Amino acid sequence: MGDARRALALVRKDLLTERRSKAAFNAMAFFAAMVLFIFSFALGPDAPGMAAGSGQTLLQYLWPGLLWVAIFFTGILALSRSFQVEMESGGMEALRLYPGDKKAIYAGKLAANLIILGAMELILIPVSAILYNIDLIDKLPALLGVVALGSLGFAAVGTFYAALTANLRARDVMLPVLLFPVLVPVIVAAVKATTLVVRGDLMGELWTWIRILGLIDLVLLTVCTLTFEFAIEE
Amino acid sequence: MTADKFGKICGIAALVLLAVGLATGMLVAPRERIMGDVYRIMFVHFPSWVGTAAGYLTAFVASIAYIKTRDFKWDYWGQAGAEVGLLFNVTGLITGALWGRPTWGVYWTWDPRLTTTAIMAITFAGYLVLRAFMEDPESRARAASLVAIVGFVNVPIVYFSVRWWRTLHQVQSSPETVDPQMVWPLRAMMLAFLLLGVFMMTRRVMLARLRGEEEMEMVRLEVARD
Repeated sequence: MGDARRALALVRKDLLTERRSKAAFNAMAFFAAMVLFIFSFALGPDAPGMAAGSGQTLLQYLWPGLLWVAIFFTGILALSRSFQVEMESGGMEALRLYPGDKKAIYAGKLAANLIILGAMELILIPVSAILYNIDLIDKLPALLGVVALGSLGFAAVGTFYAALTANLRARDVMLPVLLFPVLVPVIVAAVKATTLVVRGDLMGELWTWIRILGLIDLVLLTVCTLTFEFAIEE
Repeated sequence: MTADKFGKICGIAALVLLAVGLATGMLVAPRERIMGDVYRIMFVHFPSWVGTAAGYLTAFVASIAYIKTRDFKWDYWGQAGAEVGLLFNVTGLITGALWGRPTWGVYWTWDPRLTTTAIMAITFAGYLVLRAFMEDPESRARAASLVAIVGFVNVPIVYFSVRWWRTLHQVQSSPETVDPQMVWPLRAMMLAFLLLGVFMMTRRVMLARLRGEEEMEMVRLEVARD
């Protein structure tokens, strides 16, 4: 139980720092809003989607993919922030000296990142639905499940790579370069599942894709948990 | 030095096999019924993937060995494997695109194999970029090893996720019976590229060892000065 308490203490510490400074969250919220506007300018808010048909705009048709692009690009900010804070204040040393299993540090950092990411998503999803005029109310439970699974995969790999690149000079360049190739399976499965939720699941594929997404999460989580202790070594 | 000698033997054997394989592949093997001479790029394209696999597999195994033993020898092998693997990977992608244009009508398509190999190239290019950004030999070796391990484990996941993603669109190609006059040059070229890869990796390891020892000497001098 000791490790669970240690992880929980780390989560509380990270959320407290974030609540007091709001540095990551404010940056993320503005960035996410900007991404939503840029999609709208780039794709045209009124353009009738050619592939979309049936009175849908292109933005409405592409929403599942755009949502995940926005989540991944915005989430990167939270991830790089999570270990940068430690580097700035010499917290990495303290983390390395933290008693118990290093997996507790990974679990704590991962949980804190997930909570910050989730808070951002809880704003991003309704705001984008309102801006792009999409009716999500009755699809919300399934959508939140898919978003939670996708975010778990993103944060699992992201926390690992954020720790690995924390003491690099070019960490802001290296984090996306290393992270995005590994996230390809997550984005494929997450976008597919989100599309099925939003557009309707005619072939009964949704459950399969949710299981695939869960399986990918499980594999990535296992690999990152096992190797994390080497990632924060000095 | 046994690794040096082994590498030399591999290099000479690769040279002979390359000459034999290219000569028979270009001149002796018959034209393909539908593709004509275009198919001959396969004698370079397919063996490239043998070299890619050999390089990345070496990088993966050496990275695990480095994390376990912390012996710099394995870091040199990891770097050599990643570089040689990436070289063959890019060769394979370019020859594939050149073949795809006259045959499929497009340079690129989002087929699982194409996508996976492209992601592999990006992953290991990231590995090399990461190495370039890190100066401390120990933390560089450690971080690079972790990137190679996670990146390599990710390859099959990418393959299957893209395959399921594209199932409805992609028609699987069926295995065809191949003329023995085409098979033998191909086998010769595959073996030649494998040996070429081993030769290049042994050279790369020797170079990396020299650089590594030089770096260690610099560190020692700095410590001595303080």
